[in-house]
Amino acid sequence: MASSTAYAQRDPMLKKRDDFEDILEERRNSSDLRYALKCYTPALYKGVAPCKSSMLKSMVLQSDQLHYVIQQVSKETGRQTDNVQEEVSAILDEMAHSLQLSTVRFFAFTLSKIFKSLFKSIRVNEEGIQRLQQAIQDHPVVLLPSHRSYMDFLLMSYLLYTYDLTLPVIAAGMDFMGMKFVGEMFRMSGAFFIRRSFGGNKLYWAVFSEYVKTMLKNGFAPVEFFLEGTRSRTSKSLIPKLGLLNIVMDPFLKGEVFDVHVVPVSISYERILEETLYARELLGIPKPKESTSGLFKARKVLSEDYGSIHVYFGQPVSVRSLAEGRVNRCQFNLVPRHIPGRPDEDIHSFVNDSAYKLVRAQEDNMVLKPWVLLASLLLQKQAAGQEQGTALDELTAQAVWLRDLSRQYGAFLHWPDQMTPSEVVSSSLSLHRGLVRTCEGKVQLALEHEGGAVGPQSAAALEEKLLSQAVIVLSCASYRNQALHVFLRPALLASAIHAASSNQKQEVFNSFSFLRNMFSNEFILCPGATVQDFEEACYLLVKTGTLQVTQKEVLVNERGHRTLAFLVSMLDPFLQGYQVVCRFLCEEATETLTEKQFIPAIRKFIIKHLLAGRLRYAEVLSSDLQKNSLAAFLRLGAVEKIKGVDQETLKVNAAMVNSLEDTLGGKLPTQKAVVARL
Amino acid sequence: MASNSSGSGSQGRAPQRLRIIAGHLQRPVDVDATVSAAECKAQGGEADVASDGKSVPKRRQEIMKWNGWGYSDTKFLFNKKGQAEFTGKRYKLSGMIIPALKEWMEGTFGTNMQHKSLATPALTRTAVQPPTLNEAFVEELKSTGVPFSHDAEDRVFRAHGHCLHEIFALREGKVGRVPDLVVWPNCHNDVVKIVELACKHNVCLIPYGGGTSVSSALECPQEETRSIVSVDTSQMNRILWIDEKNLTAHMEAGIVGQDLERLLNESGYCTGHEPDSMEFSSLGGWVATRASGMKKNIYGNIEDLVIHVKMVTPQGVVEKSCQGPRMSTGPDIHHFIMGSEGTLGVVTEVTMKIRPMPEYQKYGSVVFPNFEQGVACLREVARQRCAPASIRLMDNEQFKFGHALKPQVSSMFTSFLEGLKKFYITKFKGFDPDCLCVATLLFEGNREKVLQHEKQVYDIAAKFGGLAAGEDNGQRGYMLTFVIAYLRDLGMDYYVIGESFETSVPWDRVLDICRNVKARIIRECKDKGVQFQPFSTCRVTQTYDAGACVYFYFAFNYRGLSDPVHMFEEVEHAAREEILANGGSLSHHHGVGKLRKAWMRETVSDVGMGMLKSVKDYVDPNNIFGNGNLL
Repeated sequence: MASSTAYAQRDPMLKKRDDFEDILEERRNSSDLRYALKCYTPALYKGVAPCKSSMLKSMVLQSDQLHYVIQQVSKETGRQTDNVQEEVSAILDEMAHSLQLSTVRFFAFTLSKIFKSLFKSIRVNEEGIQRLQQAIQDHPVVLLPSHRSYMDFLLMSYLLYTYDLTLPVIAAGMDFMGMKFVGEMFRMSGAFFIRRSFGGNKLYWAVFSEYVKTMLKNGFAPVEFFLEGTRSRTSKSLIPKLGLLNIVMDPFLKGEVFDVHVVPVSISYERILEETLYARELLGIPKPKESTSGLFKARKVLSEDYGSIHVYFGQPVSVRSLAEGRVNRCQFNLVPRHIPGRPDEDIHSFVNDSAYKLVRAQEDNMVLKPWVLLASLLLQKQAAGQEQGTALDELTAQAVWLRDLSRQYGAFLHWPDQMTPSEVVSSSLSLHRGLVRTCEGKVQLALEHEGGAVGPQSAAALEEKLLSQAVIVLSCASYRNQALHVFLRPALLASAIHAASSNQKQEVFNSFSFLRNMFSNEFILCPGATVQDFEEACYLLVKTGTLQVTQKEVLVNERGHRTLAFLVSMLDPFLQGYQVVCRFLCEEATETLTEKQFIPAIRKFIIKHLLAGRLRYAEVLSSDLQKNSLAAFLRLGAVEKIKGVDQETLKVNAAMVNSLEDTLGGKLPTQKAVVARL
Repeated sequence: MASNSSGSGSQGRAPQRLRIIAGHLQRPVDVDATVSAAECKAQGGEADVASDGKSVPKRRQEIMKWNGWGYSDTKFLFNKKGQAEFTGKRYKLSGMIIPALKEWMEGTFGTNMQHKSLATPALTRTAVQPPTLNEAFVEELKSTGVPFSHDAEDRVFRAHGHCLHEIFALREGKVGRVPDLVVWPNCHNDVVKIVELACKHNVCLIPYGGGTSVSSALECPQEETRSIVSVDTSQMNRILWIDEKNLTAHMEAGIVGQDLERLLNESGYCTGHEPDSMEFSSLGGWVATRASGMKKNIYGNIEDLVIHVKMVTPQGVVEKSCQGPRMSTGPDIHHFIMGSEGTLGVVTEVTMKIRPMPEYQKYGSVVFPNFEQGVACLREVARQRCAPASIRLMDNEQFKFGHALKPQVSSMFTSFLEGLKKFYITKFKGFDPDCLCVATLLFEGNREKVLQHEKQVYDIAAKFGGLAAGEDNGQRGYMLTFVIAYLRDLGMDYYVIGESFETSVPWDRVLDICRNVKARIIRECKDKGVQFQPFSTCRVTQTYDAGACVYFYFAFNYRGLSDPVHMFEEVEHAAREEILANGGSLSHHHGVGKLRKAWMRETVSDVGMGMLKSVKDYVDPNNIFGNGNLL
């Protein structure tokens, strides 16, 4: 265990971050048309001329990689190579972008209009832009924005156009293609489309990876994709998907380029456009298929105020330095590089670790608005059963306390210091008036229906009421979740102290380690970093005067109880949620339960519990939490997938699930066998 | 004839052999040389070697620099007018003014004529540790009559090769561990005696040939406590016989490349083995390091040329019993000897293939619009197996470097032609002067075939956008090979340190390795605080069926650095790591020595190391050949 002095050097308080500039300001003062028609001459990678999409296609088609796979497929299936070649061409046509400046200009114009009506400001760290510009000229660049909204990729291209940077090509899900006209528009603005699942399709994979690599290797344009794979409906960062990251790292690992620079980009929305849409989706109200008409209907969102957006272009990360001392690149010396092969275990773990690092870099530079703190506080109060709401000045005082705490934990908090705290609070509340209600100077979540009927109600009506409350709770939770990464490690420690049977350090660590392991499908916790996370949590809590950590013991200071209570409550919905899932698995899971049936079944189970008042947290209804917990149980072996005749069923190891539930509930001490020694 | 009375007639076949040689060697000098070769003992220790027409005297300091490359009379300097000049009379470039060099140096390295870093003029004898002599060994050595010396200069001369750190230290007057004694065996039997005595008295032997090592192979191991004896083979420099029926020649291993070629040429033959160091490097050194010659496409590398080797080891003499051109007799024992880098014994005699001297030689050059095209062309040439005797592709930086070394043109007409050529290539053909690169070519054979061959190669080049750029450019390219080593000394006078290193790599990785290694060097220098942009350049210098040999040059201005050599070594280390990570080999022909030892295990695997180790353990259990190379 490293000494805590190692952490003093990376005191989160001392994190240096850039300032922001509002790019909408200029849009409001000058002609959008002129802006859309401005002279666009981005600096290029080592002066390479940009490449026409037709040329790109032919480069891909002629690559050794593809030749090899075509031959192989043709041999395996007995098809003519011409025939396979045609399929490849078709895949490529379906996939390829066809970036056109005219379309980009069209978007530049319309988006200017839309952005100005939706947002107060779009703030960008210009130093980050400068770093990016340098990186683009020196190395192939991969842009990794966080993904919270459909807006993300349009916004990214818009920004790069604004700053005269090479427009990225963007990996987009095939579902966009469903939108006839818009899909093509996106394609012409630089999107390329990939099928959602093509696991076993060797040919598709080969075309896809070669397409991405060709763009990257030649430095024609930055490649942009979402590490999280999909939009996070909860505002928590999602566990990174490795496929594309593997592909973009490959040219470096195989020496085809000197380096690749990866730029994490954090896009923080003060108010997410899809706010309630996500909540409904998580509650199982099916997501409408992307369609042009759907998008058209969504135009009512245009009349509302969505606050501001902060976009932070992070420090470019050199893949070369990530790999330094981690990967032995000589392993690629003995097989021709155009022959595709599964990455070895060490490459896989390298890419995985890098992915986590990058997601954490995204998290780190997410800008938090005061509302995020308010949402956290209000949710805790609601769960604690405060029916009357909280007085505004009391809420303000608590918000100020939390502001200071979160800053000490290194949060990138955008709290307007020129305003008084009460002004800050009331302006936040007014922006989110759909979620909170202020009544007689008291603030609470907008849960109760106006004039809700009193007296006995039908079960269906009760359920409906519960679900509509849950929409509000989940929307609020998505804001609280934005701050989760700041509090996560201290909260795990706080919960561990809470659960541990003694204040022995080893005991607390075991408990911490158990929780961390349990929640590693839920939150971004770098694999294998248990000890570091523990130390970081200790460091933060000691620094803020919450704890004293000695060689042997972890002691809570008198004035630390408030912080601990807050942190414990932060994690409590998840703890309770996982316990409910355990109970479900023990009580209701039948032999024939399939993964597909799992979500509806557990949803029913949870609604029952919520209505009976046995569970306080409506947010447990989130299918995200349910899926994550199932993944965790599968990973831990408490649930097994059994291949059945026609489908996979889930087999529950009841004893193990039971003991996990008890340990989560603090009823059982953490089994030493399952955790690492400190 | 003297040969009839030769004492070494004991082998029986010798008189016959000598008759053949005498019959064919036209020049009496050569006959003398051949004859005296047989009379090893008679010659004694005091023979005046220089009068034999041989280039290397026992006291190397008489003609060579003690702290730099090559001959004492030859060097680059800036004359009173501030123009670069190459002194001496030995080379084509000697005595010429090189007008563009100064500007190139200033532009490339940021050097300044005012800022000089001159070398210590002479060796301070007190800086050299007094020899630790093994008295018993010395006593017995005296009785054998083999000449030896423990003079400080003699010992310092044999304590180093030409790695940057070695020369840098000498220039500062710093001398580390040096051999305690230098011996000059005159023939195989002398070596046998020396090795026997060394075994008897537990003395460490380090064979020394031409002293051109660039792998720290000649450095005395710091931890060696025994007396170290340098076995200088330079006096074993005779051609013992030439066999025209089989086209082979038998030589003593100390003969240096230029003598070997000159002597063979006189009888109408050549080996065709021309490493860049051939002026100074020795046959034994080539064998011990697995050397490669510029014209290997026609003649082959050393392993292709060697027919028979005799090596004296602590276990006795190892050699094959016949001269069959190929054998299936288990692993080839020659391959234990070739590349053994002096760790197993002293190579004393070698039989090599010879060829009739080529009837016709023609240089050539091709300009390509960029390096990628050039590499593609070389690959095609290799695919069609029509590589000329030599084909080398220099990158843009090296092309510019070559230009900076053009001597002053004598006539207006030549300079006009040069200008016209430049105009044609850059303006008319649209080659970017910052991208174009040049391949130099050397064709050999009979006239008709050479011309035919030339056309074939130029036709291929044309497919890759190459333009023929004349014989002069080609010839100058090859001439520069010999003078470039002198240039490092000039650089060192002005705070510039540099080195070359090489690798071999499969064709598909050539471009990647060139790009990545050059970029790595630049990045490492930047990270380590070098204030000036480093010179980082490469050339593809040999082609094979399955890959190529790539040669890197790397140099930078070290003003403002406190420990330039250490930093330099770190960058060199990083560059080698990069080479290995990009599928390059640890070495194509420089060898491993002590400089690259750290990577041997990963290069040949654990078992491979064990194999080499067990050979060493059997052949030299007491580590008499304790130079510490390779393993």
